Amino acid sequence: MEYPNITISATPHVRSNESTQSIMRDVIIALLPATAMGIYRFGVKAAMLIVIAIAAAVISEALYQKATKQRVTIGDLSAVVTGLLLAMNIPSTAPWWVPIVGSVFAIVVAKQLFGGIGQNFINPALAGRAFLLASYPSLMTAWVTPGADAVTTATPLALLKAGNIAELPSLTDAALGNIGGCIGETCAVALIIGGLYLMVKGIISWRTPVTYIVTVAIFATLFGREGSSAIYELMIGGLMLGAFFMATDYASSPVTPIGQIIMGVGCGILTVLIRFYGGYPEGVSYSILIMNLAVPLIDRFTKPKVFGALPKEAKKA
Amino acid sequence: MGNPLKIIKNGIIDENPTFIQVIGMCPTLAVTSSAINGVGMGVSTAAVLICANVAIALLRKIIPDKVRIPAFVVVIASFVTIVQFLLQAYMPALNDALGLYIPLIVVNCLILGRAEAYASKNSAIDSFFDGIGMGLGFTIALGVLGLVREFIGSGTAFGMQILPEAFPQTLIFIMAPGAFLTLGFLMALLNHFKNKKSA
Repeated sequence: MEYPNITISATPHVRSNESTQSIMRDVIIALLPATAMGIYRFGVKAAMLIVIAIAAAVISEALYQKATKQRVTIGDLSAVVTGLLLAMNIPSTAPWWVPIVGSVFAIVVAKQLFGGIGQNFINPALAGRAFLLASYPSLMTAWVTPGADAVTTATPLALLKAGNIAELPSLTDAALGNIGGCIGETCAVALIIGGLYLMVKGIISWRTPVTYIVTVAIFATLFGREGSSAIYELMIGGLMLGAFFMATDYASSPVTPIGQIIMGVGCGILTVLIRFYGGYPEGVSYSILIMNLAVPLIDRFTKPKVFGALPKEAKKA
Repeated sequence: MGNPLKIIKNGIIDENPTFIQVIGMCPTLAVTSSAINGVGMGVSTAAVLICANVAIALLRKIIPDKVRIPAFVVVIASFVTIVQFLLQAYMPALNDALGLYIPLIVVNCLILGRAEAYASKNSAIDSFFDGIGMGLGFTIALGVLGLVREFIGSGTAFGMQILPEAFPQTLIFIMAPGAFLTLGFLMALLNHFKNKKSA
């Protein structure tokens, strides 16, 4: 028998207005304060780079899907988020083609070649950033001070690594983003506001970001280095951007509650290790990428018990 | 005796050691940061492969089955030593660039693989042509890989400046990740053409 007005589908029958598009729209809204602060601090050049990165991400996704005869899914806004996150991760001094190369690598190689949205095993925006950092190290670490007269500077993390404590900016400047850094990572307060919005809306769980930040704070206190404090370590670098927006990427983070905590703790430990003892001044992006690779393992080891299933010993008996 | 051309074509195209069999990956990924290094490695490996194939095919009835692998390795190692001495004497620059990877040809699974799969079962003449085919296939693959990586990563081809100096050099392509990326892209491209041909 035919029921023309009824959609027949498998259980569970949960009704929700949530869609990929609505989630991605919320992520974009959450990123707006940090984006606005980035443009306010670094000027029109930053706005231009953000627009270029988003346009390149959306266009490359559409072209790839056209070329491989798939349904074009740029309407779900996920490419916009990838482009925006990538732009947040490059310095405002980067030439115009840098966000294009990064976005194309993020969308085509890290996302589409592995099967498109939901199939990427690492965060596409971070993969794009890692590609750019390895390819153009001098362009990707050319920082300027915020404001009109953009003087060449170093990030607080680079100063700490070099032991140049005298030039470190104050904690207030670091929290409000009045420091050198990537476009979207400098203003920790704006990122925290965005992160809280996502948690309140239920888009991301608190587990990964909170455990990530707490782990960094604990280890920064334990291994503390001269000129810096735990709270200072939290406010500088890409930690807030990474914890709220990168480590929580749906496709490349664990689905189980315990897994999400492991993810946060792992990212935190790796970040402190790289910052304090590694070769690079900042370790957020690499720590998240490394933990992304461990996600399938984490998910397998934290698989919840099936309700009503017998424990192993009982089965044997 | 098989058709020599067919044996050679088999090595270059149908069973290309790099793109189809995916063996000998260590030198393939490690030394192809420039076209010259890639071709140099390919030719050195090909020379060892041809000599080892012939020697093993000639000895195949004498070598006891139980100790054949150590025997093959000894034969291969002898030829590698000869190649290394030749490189040190006549091409010291290439020898320095390839460094440790020259002695490591001994453990290249392409050579031992052909010894085990082909030379120990076929006549010396057939094995000679198999060595030429496989060696050429390996050399071409490493050359192409090196050329692509050198062009994108340094803007040069065989050491000559092709792109203007100001053109940004995508350094990742001459680093280790670039080897994996380039190999993957080239394989995808070849599979694409192969599927098109058979469809």
